Amino acid sequence: MNSDIDHPATAATLLSVEHLSVFHGQLCAVDDVSLSVGEGEVLAIIGANGAGKSTLLRTIAGLHRPTSGTVSFRGEDISHRPAHQRVRLGISLVPEGRRLFSSLTLEENLLVGAHRAAEGPFDLASIYDLFPWMKERRRGKVFQFSGGEQQAVAIGRALVANPKVLMLDEVSLGLAPIVIETIYEVIPDIVGRGIGVLLVEQDVSQGLRVATRVHCLLEGKTSLVGTPAELSAEAIEHAYFGAALPEAAATGESP
Amino acid sequence: MTWANILIQGILIGGFYALFACGLSLMFGVMKVINLAHGDIAVVAAYAAVFLAPKLHVAQLWSFAVIVPLFAIVGYLLQRTLLQKAIDRDPFTTLLVTFGLSVVIENLLLEIYSANGQSVNIGELIAKSWQVNSVIYISYVSLVVLAVAVAVLGALQLFLSRTSSGRLIRAVSDDREAAQLCGANYKHVFGVAASIAFATVALAGIAFGISTEFAPTSGGINLLFAFEAVVIGGIGSLWGTLVGGVLLGVAQQFGAHFNLEYQTLAGNALFLIVLAIRPQGLFGRRVSVNG
Repeated sequence: MNSDIDHPATAATLLSVEHLSVFHGQLCAVDDVSLSVGEGEVLAIIGANGAGKSTLLRTIAGLHRPTSGTVSFRGEDISHRPAHQRVRLGISLVPEGRRLFSSLTLEENLLVGAHRAAEGPFDLASIYDLFPWMKERRRGKVFQFSGGEQQAVAIGRALVANPKVLMLDEVSLGLAPIVIETIYEVIPDIVGRGIGVLLVEQDVSQGLRVATRVHCLLEGKTSLVGTPAELSAEAIEHAYFGAALPEAAATGESP
Repeated sequence: MTWANILIQGILIGGFYALFACGLSLMFGVMKVINLAHGDIAVVAAYAAVFLAPKLHVAQLWSFAVIVPLFAIVGYLLQRTLLQKAIDRDPFTTLLVTFGLSVVIENLLLEIYSANGQSVNIGELIAKSWQVNSVIYISYVSLVVLAVAVAVLGALQLFLSRTSSGRLIRAVSDDREAAQLCGANYKHVFGVAASIAFATVALAGIAFGISTEFAPTSGGINLLFAFEAVVIGGIGSLWGTLVGGVLLGVAQQFGAHFNLEYQTLAGNALFLIVLAIRPQGLFGRRVSVNG
């Protein structure tokens, strides 16, 4: 796929992935995927379980090595940089499962997130503005928090590093719909500051609601790309489940 | 009065066990590495106090001023090279590598210094003690070692809980991948933790060399006592390690009171009882299997 067609010329490109392939042993988890994220854009990556979404984000974050292809940030090839250096450049990942530091307090979690922070709008005070409940409970141990609260801390911990590109991996997983809504409420605020957002969602409708563009993966390959407005429900279903499973697509159940 | 003496002597020796154990506890807590060469590294420090310090024109008593920083550097380098390579493979490899290290160290010491007993010579200070009454004598050396142990554990606790480097060590210990995603180079953090562990074990090794005679193979029994202190106190709790060391020391003194051969046995019995009744240790957090 040609990444020049993939993103609109209006937004300055921050992150671009070209022909990326990642193997887990013999298994090709990500197969020749190209995409880009510009300032203030929300790119939603959708796809079924095992489509390679998380692997893609983790490779961009530097936790996996690509077999081939490149990850570039602001035009610089960062494919061989270790994960901790990419944070400093401006790429932050909110990992699947939140992965908070369970023996640390809320504030300590944020402080660890901030310890290599770049210049930018976010500090502890602005995170407390974004999630007002945090200030009072900043000395609480995070393992006592609810799932939604922990997810908010995970997002705060990533934001406080002042990323240019924020990646969110399955932030709605295991949360009640009302909680998911409050989590997604902060995205316009983040995007409004020019941060590019790359999010992975299994919940397609949630992805479509916030995204400026959608990128569908099927068994590691790109199966569909477009804006939510221009994609029909049938096209998305087809891209999500693949041509081989029309029955499953009709009932809307994931395999 | 005999019982009071058992208690006092047990606490004094317990301080030494805690000093010995805190490095083991730290390396396990942060890197999940059980350093089987821990005892041997202490013995190397004791040999360094005897043979290296005079070459540097440092009195054996003050040799820690040179040896402790040296071991901190060695700890960092060893962690960044050999131990990191082992960690990158799997936990079992770290056991094999540290066991191998232990064998290599013991045999090198045998080869160079023979199996003769050595001790760190601090002059007549070693014999000085404070006589409380007709039964209780408190040796100055044991008292200083206990004070050093409390100070080291206290400083380490403060460092881990109050400083940003300490916070980072705790974060890496909780979840090293998440720490990477916060911009932390976990390998460097591992190195820092190892250098602290090596510094404390060097101090413990010199204290050991001052208090008793040692030989190249003295490391093993010390590793056992350190391990017992950590498990009794609970992994991941430094004050727990101090209490564990003291309880172990008291149990050993208690056993020795009846028969000198029961000294180690009584300590082992306490260790087994704690392991059976409270496997997380007295101050350890219960870790659920599901994580």
